[in-house]
Amino acid sequence: MIPAPFDYVRPASVEDACRVLADAEAAGDEVKVLAGGQSLLPLLRLRLAYPSALVDLGRLPELRGVADRGDHVYIGALTTHDEVMRSGVVREHVPLVALATATVADPAVRHRGTFGGSMAHADPAGDLPAVALALDCVFVVRSSDGEREIPAAEFFVDYLEPALGPGEVLLGVRVPKLGSGWGFHYEKFHRTAQAWATVGVAVAVRRGDGGAIEEARIGLTNMGPTPVRARVAEAALRGVAPSPAGSNGSDPLREACAQADAGTSPPADLHARPDYRRHLARVLTRRAVGAALG
Amino acid sequence: MPRITVSVDGVTYEEEVEPRLLLVHLLRDRLGKTGTPVGCDTGNCGACTVTLDGRSAKSCSVLAVQADGSEVVTVEGLARDGRWHPMQEAFHAEHALQCGYCTPGMLMAAIDLLRDDPDPSEEAVRRGLEGNLCRCTGYTNIVRAVRRAAAEMSRAPHERMPGAAEDREAAAS
Amino acid sequence: MTEELDAGLVAGRIAESDQMSEPSAEREMGRARRRKEDARLVTGRTMWTDNIQLPGMLYVAFLRSPMAHARITGVNVSAARSRPGVVAAYSGRDLAGEQGSLPCAWPVTEDIVIPDHPPMAVDEVRYPGEAVACVVATDRYRAADALEAIAVDYEPLDPVLDMTEALAEGAPKVHEAGNRAFTWKFAGGDIDAAFRDAPVVIDRTYVQQRLIPTAMEPRAVVATTDGDGFTLYSATQIPHVLRVMLAMTTGIPEHKLRVVAPDVGGGFGSKLQVTAEEVLALLLARRLGRPVKWTESRSEGNLTVHHGRDQLQRIAVAADRDGRIRGVRVELLADMGAYLMLVTPGVPLLGAFMYNGIYKMDAYDFTCTGVFTTKMPTDAYRGAGRPEATFAIERAVDELAHELGIDPVEVRRRNWITREEFPYTTIAGLTYDSGDYEAATEKALAMFGYDELRAEQADRRERRDPVQLGIGVSTYTEMCGLAPSRVLGSLSYGAGGWEHAAVRLLPTGKVEVVTGTSPHGQGHETAWSQIAADALGVPFEDVSVLHGDTSVAHRGMDTYGSRSLVVGGVAVLAACEKVKERARELAAHLMEASADDVEFDGGRFRVRGTDEGRTIQELALAAFAAHDLPGGFEPRLDAEATFDPDNFSFPHGTHLCAVEVDTETGRCAIRSYVAVDDVGSVVNPLIVEGQVHGGIAQGVGQALFEEAVHDADGNLVTTTMADYLIPSAADLPEFTTGRTETPATSNPLGVKGVGEAGTIASTPAVVNAITDALRPYGVRDVRMPCTPERIWRALAEAEAAVPGQAPATGPAPAAVPGFAPVPTHGSTPGAAPPPAPASEPIRGFVAPATSESAPEGGAR
Repeated sequence: MIPAPFDYVRPASVEDACRVLADAEAAGDEVKVLAGGQSLLPLLRLRLAYPSALVDLGRLPELRGVADRGDHVYIGALTTHDEVMRSGVVREHVPLVALATATVADPAVRHRGTFGGSMAHADPAGDLPAVALALDCVFVVRSSDGEREIPAAEFFVDYLEPALGPGEVLLGVRVPKLGSGWGFHYEKFHRTAQAWATVGVAVAVRRGDGGAIEEARIGLTNMGPTPVRARVAEAALRGVAPSPAGSNGSDPLREACAQADAGTSPPADLHARPDYRRHLARVLTRRAVGAALG
Repeated sequence: MPRITVSVDGVTYEEEVEPRLLLVHLLRDRLGKTGTPVGCDTGNCGACTVTLDGRSAKSCSVLAVQADGSEVVTVEGLARDGRWHPMQEAFHAEHALQCGYCTPGMLMAAIDLLRDDPDPSEEAVRRGLEGNLCRCTGYTNIVRAVRRAAAEMSRAPHERMPGAAEDREAAAS
Repeated sequence: MTEELDAGLVAGRIAESDQMSEPSAEREMGRARRRKEDARLVTGRTMWTDNIQLPGMLYVAFLRSPMAHARITGVNVSAARSRPGVVAAYSGRDLAGEQGSLPCAWPVTEDIVIPDHPPMAVDEVRYPGEAVACVVATDRYRAADALEAIAVDYEPLDPVLDMTEALAEGAPKVHEAGNRAFTWKFAGGDIDAAFRDAPVVIDRTYVQQRLIPTAMEPRAVVATTDGDGFTLYSATQIPHVLRVMLAMTTGIPEHKLRVVAPDVGGGFGSKLQVTAEEVLALLLARRLGRPVKWTESRSEGNLTVHHGRDQLQRIAVAADRDGRIRGVRVELLADMGAYLMLVTPGVPLLGAFMYNGIYKMDAYDFTCTGVFTTKMPTDAYRGAGRPEATFAIERAVDELAHELGIDPVEVRRRNWITREEFPYTTIAGLTYDSGDYEAATEKALAMFGYDELRAEQADRRERRDPVQLGIGVSTYTEMCGLAPSRVLGSLSYGAGGWEHAAVRLLPTGKVEVVTGTSPHGQGHETAWSQIAADALGVPFEDVSVLHGDTSVAHRGMDTYGSRSLVVGGVAVLAACEKVKERARELAAHLMEASADDVEFDGGRFRVRGTDEGRTIQELALAAFAAHDLPGGFEPRLDAEATFDPDNFSFPHGTHLCAVEVDTETGRCAIRSYVAVDDVGSVVNPLIVEGQVHGGIAQGVGQALFEEAVHDADGNLVTTTMADYLIPSAADLPEFTTGRTETPATSNPLGVKGVGEAGTIASTPAVVNAITDALRPYGVRDVRMPCTPERIWRALAEAEAAVPGQAPATGPAPAAVPGFAPVPTHGSTPGAAPPPAPASEPIRGFVAPATSESAPEGGAR
């Protein structure tokens, strides 16, 4: 199918982009930011979106690239998935990002699709928002009024709705380095290699000296209108020694992960009904935690 | 209307395009490069895969304006001096195509795959081609063909890889 | 580009485990020739219909119904007409006077209801996506834009979605005449006697879900006129049938209509159709006097390419305690969709003679009712009726094996027709000419490592491994090579099943083969070249094959039903033989010998017992020069032949599938797959293997991934490739293939056809494997596609059925619409959902092997 007509703006700078966005929104026009376009173009072709204009950020080099900034890794919004998953800095310091990014779509899409685009699209079925949530990433955004930071916990407002205000552009994402002793895993469950995650589980977990879990962070993909943290399971995992099942048959790791779906409101769609998604979240969380523990 | 300059299979074109014009329609309807077909409208099938500045991209999910200043290689640009690319030879040798509709995209994706992994396992080939759907072959012979081409290309490396923009994508990081 | 491949790699790989005769160096038959077609396909020089650009060409776009069922109370196209670039816009009413009705060529019963089927809806829409208006514009972008300016008023009507409900008293009607299209019956033997006092009866209901064929090339049509005649280019499998049907439908005289199938990107039955868009494109070209093109988008195609399968099958098998089958009774409901298209009602009947499979039995009874619903019409999809039949009987035989505690392979062995019994006339009245089920099965078992896998399965069951191993068997046959014209006639089909070929020797000794088959991926250009090269003794490279254009190949019945080689290839051979006889006559004349004394070998005619001879190329030039010909001999070495087979052909084979099922998540992964097929003699083993691979993949697609889903309002939900999932390379394993070879006796090539075999065999192999993996949990069936969720629910449902087990799990079982459940043997469709779980489900084994019902959770 074929997109409806729209205007096209290719700003020369981020400031330019902010101004264009602010002006358009003031005029009541529906403009959309074009990053890699891998989610947007199918929507346009199916005529599920009718923007009056696209603002193409694709030619702004300052939005692209990965940098090691001491306590965090900064990933420019326009860095492609392919660049992210190949980045030595990402792989060394924030490996969960690399693991999850490698599961996004397919190679050709990863060449065009961008880290920031996936975040700003705020699709709860996307793989990266749950990771951002689990890692407590910080989103750096700019408007004509200046820069501000949005914690991941506040960034994903609703289904396909990020906390970007009028005229705001996502510049990049700060991904905190968690330091040593952490293990990571992204467990994606989908029906075919190309399909969206039915459920995904992003896990970062740290053991204490005694071997018991000291901290666990769990982000869930496609378990609600936004990505969600499995806070109850995280709390339950604290102090759990992931040893073989106890002599009385108890398995504290399993029991803790059985609460992974607490507080979620998973959707019903073609690929799964909510009760199955809840079940998957529990099973996959246990597997992801196990894999992250190594 | 935006004016763009784009190189396709070694020829430079200057075109005025509607912003909404898809790259694949620029290729097919404006430039006569009908070797690249369209198979879906959601970016799933991969039939329209080309290389854009050296890396595989689905030309149905790229606007022509986004390709401004870029170098595009399509299936029509693979053969050199009348000789087929080793991947084309391998697809022929292993009977890796039947109706051939997915083949242009499959070839471009497979060539891209070998840039990253010159000697891929069966598993790596299958994962690397997950964005390209074929309804005829069941993929068994496609996997064989890609591995055959890999072996062939390791003997005579890289001279016939399309797209000279290998360095370009490193710029970001 | 067509030199023989380094013989080792491909031919060797295929032949290594086969005992068939070595292809001789001189013979093309059996040689793994690489395909002639590939040269244009791997370089992007293909002529897809959408590639065609004609001067002044206009683009058509259709506005399609957003509702499953509605009365059209108004269509206003005037705003669209004034949009930029728009040349014309029409509603169905605008075209009502000339658009006629789309044809159904298979009125299967005398009292069948064949509703009027306007290409563009006029008063009522009956399926989502039905065309209600169109725009013709100067380019495809402007045509798409103008659609949005068309206003249509609909008055919604009740959708008709479920076949059982559709047949109930007082159900909303799709058509005035009611929702029953036909009921068709067949009986052989005394079915009541077979079931009376039968020690074992297996009675099951299976759902053949609706599929979307999904050829990679979306449909496209170009229609043009020079003011007198018309040319229609279409992505079709059937240019010849289409021409006849369009002539009858549009009133354009047949001789003024040329139909061309350019390169066609796959069909699988979906392009075996006379489509609304083809008719409308012709009408628009006629009205506007300019060439028009329509190319569908994938989401448009998912709605409006005819769908496949969609049957509700009840099958009952009566058997003795030793597993011997006494009789099979089948009741089908077949979803026709909203209209009867080209062969819609015939598709389930192509399976009617196949529910007995490869087995001997005393009685067989078959009833099929075609039902109208407000969905896209169904029609042929790879296998067309035979995959459905094979699925039902192969699933039921597995159930029988389980019921009796006999190995599923052994139950089959006890029932199948043995090699000594061929030719064998089955209870369904077909005569299977040849086959060797023993050989194919033995070979498959050995290649598969059946015993080792069974041992591993036992071990995993013992260990209560959360990942269970399942082994599925499918021994199939199919009737193909459609078809003897007299049989088609007896089944009320509107045409014959012959095929035509012409062969001409050109003055320079090169050969043109003209075929009435219409390949779209099958490699006819290569295989027909091999047949002609052998028959005429000319080099493979010296043969060209022409097809797909009614002005080039003027007679044909086209390509479907695994018929091309079995009927069309044999016609090529027959035409070659006629050419050869003419050449022999000329050679005898030139050498002053009697034709009886002239023998042919390797392209040369020789007087017996002498060295004197003429090559066929020399004779071609001699005929062209025409200086010295026998009396009355026309100066040409060419011939035509039309072949009408006496019988169907019956490929068969044994497919074995091993799956790993994760009982925690329900995920199923195919671990290994072995297919041993007997397709008779083989022209090109490379092509045969490719057909089997692709066929298996499509059958696996039905088993695991694919389903056209409608919502409660009747709207199609799976309109894109993101929703209708077809497998990628990453979702399938490598397929291991082998062959046995018992030549068909019904044609001189000994060939049986291979296009549909893999699809027919693989679906039951996969589902049998899944069921086999889950039997210890009490699961007896999983409805297709066997998604992780369905497998999980089946496990939970089985667990909930265990007496004494605390209510433990939450999933509601997927409701299976249809026949009333059979209490003693059926699963429990429509049962109330088990109570919601307190926590993660805990499942107990119910198999006799594990008497304890301890929760296995601890082991996980």
